[in-house]
Amino acid sequence: MLKDKDRIFQNLYNDIGSDLESAMSMGDWIDTKKICSKGRDWIINEIKASELRGRGGAGFPTGLKWSFVPKEVGSRPHYLVINADESEPGTCKDRDILRFEPHKLIEGCLISAFAVNARKCYIYIRGEYFKEGQKLQKAIDEAYEKKLIGKNASDTGWDLDIYLHYGAGAYICGEETALLESLEGKKGQPRLKPPFPALIGLYGCPTIINNVETIAIVPTILKRGSKWFSSLGKPKNRGSKIFCISGDVNSPCNVEEEMGIPLKDLIEKHAGGVIGGWENLKAVIPGGSSMPLLSKKACDTINMDFDSLVQQKSGLGTAGVVVISKDQDIIKCMARIARFYKHESCGQCTPCREGTGWMWRMLERMAKGEASRDEIDMLMDVTKQIEGHTICAFGEGSAWPVQGLLRNFKKEIVKRNNFDPLIDKNKNIPYLVDQHLLEKENA
Amino acid sequence: MTIKKVSKDQPNNFKFNSQNIEIAEKIISKYPQGKQQSAVMSLLYLAQRQNDNWIPLAAMKYIANFLKMPYIKVYEVATFYTMYNLSPVGKYYFQVCTTTPCMIRGAYKLVEACKEKISDQQNNLSENKLCSWTEVECLGACVNAPMIQINDDYFEDLDKEKTIKIIDQIINGEIPKPGSYKGRINSEPENNRKTLTNFKNA
Repeated sequence: MLKDKDRIFQNLYNDIGSDLESAMSMGDWIDTKKICSKGRDWIINEIKASELRGRGGAGFPTGLKWSFVPKEVGSRPHYLVINADESEPGTCKDRDILRFEPHKLIEGCLISAFAVNARKCYIYIRGEYFKEGQKLQKAIDEAYEKKLIGKNASDTGWDLDIYLHYGAGAYICGEETALLESLEGKKGQPRLKPPFPALIGLYGCPTIINNVETIAIVPTILKRGSKWFSSLGKPKNRGSKIFCISGDVNSPCNVEEEMGIPLKDLIEKHAGGVIGGWENLKAVIPGGSSMPLLSKKACDTINMDFDSLVQQKSGLGTAGVVVISKDQDIIKCMARIARFYKHESCGQCTPCREGTGWMWRMLERMAKGEASRDEIDMLMDVTKQIEGHTICAFGEGSAWPVQGLLRNFKKEIVKRNNFDPLIDKNKNIPYLVDQHLLEKENA
Repeated sequence: MTIKKVSKDQPNNFKFNSQNIEIAEKIISKYPQGKQQSAVMSLLYLAQRQNDNWIPLAAMKYIANFLKMPYIKVYEVATFYTMYNLSPVGKYYFQVCTTTPCMIRGAYKLVEACKEKISDQQNNLSENKLCSWTEVECLGACVNAPMIQINDDYFEDLDKEKTIKIIDQIINGEIPKPGSYKGRINSEPENNRKTLTNFKNA
């Protein structure tokens, strides 16, 4: 277990208070000037050396991302955008940072903005987090008042303005280019990449987009040194991370732990164990709803880091751990997730727009036992048609959980849905929805 | 992407009040010159707050003029995002999260409570015209599931009885307390805290 002194978010449960004075007592806003005086290259190299990987889901190395922006500011200004549009089912870590550790985030904004030459920073916060946004705005106002940000921020000679921008309830705006579209006052539909935002982003200018948690841990890494950070966790998966444990556990909670902690430890130590005991465990979604679920057998031994989970054909994602016990109907649980994706698809790419609804309808029928035998293979086929055929990663996000279900619980689905196909003789044409037309020639 | 009904009864006119014009100007100044379109989302919120929690078409036209952008672009934004109400909702607007993590913890029991106490169908006003409810997707408070958002506040760790009590309080004109209804602090593990113990109750 991670020692308390090594935890970055000391105020995760708001024991101390989120105001500036309390934040300073925990070490925020100390040595900010000293860090910036060491220069951009030092900051970026130090972040690279710490092996920090982005905490928003994809796990891209942060230092590397920063090094993609042009070294000098040309005719176009640079922007820093913070992604606080946390809406992945199972994930609620950014909410606690926004309400209880806002100064870590704001200090992180200053240092990161300095490192990537940005003088303006937008924090895109989801609209439902209205109260959290108010708390963050209060902290920003405090920081302005004490001249920690604004003109000559913290006496570093760098000017930085931070603005809040509220979203309005669209999950897709957590995708970085959709977020930029939304920030420009348009529908949140993702852009094609390349060009990547680091070169052409907000208003066509170089833009760095990072998750709240990533930016909030940057100051602590620089203060305590990259060596300290990279001494935690496993190779290539360094540092600590906030895990959100929800679902069928005795005490659901957010907790900061070392990367690579065994999943069983996480659930038994911090979340009070699975309801009905470990043997009652059915499956775990390890990284927010878009990651494929793990069967109990895999859960017994798996470690929670990016690479171990990829080996198990899943992923760490946002580290939102959803525990599903044997008391739940697993097909129904996944059908509900499919409904989430159907609801949130932005409608830009046909495979995703049509496929998410299709998967949802099939899964709903399978939960009720009304599907025919061949539909199970058809469902797998539909997921394969979505995956990799869309502009953004939403397609994968919607297809993977269904694939995970089919991989691990196919037997259960088959047992429940054992009808003969509607028209057996024409089985080789699985995509025709209006199967009665098959009776006619040239239909 | 959501399918939303635009209300049939539409007011003819909409204007920001003087206080909101001031706020709107301030919002526009956050964005670079010529990029005032960025403010459209915040301005729609402002209109929604001014107009009893829903946005009439007149407000979209007004905002389009205000930001010098085509009306259809404002309409596009207002219909794309789920948090803009395009027809009247209750003064107290209940949003029940029913996505999987909440569902596992019994979110549909809260839906039952809303059906019993507010209205049979979602989006319909209650008899006293005070409340309405709707099912929504993940609200990002999964470790405090199941939960309801009422206007701006999150009510966490609920069950059916507690929800009924909250609705009764609102009907009687009282203001229920937001936050966890299990007596735990924020998102800490209930009765099982093993971390940051030095600070507990400090």
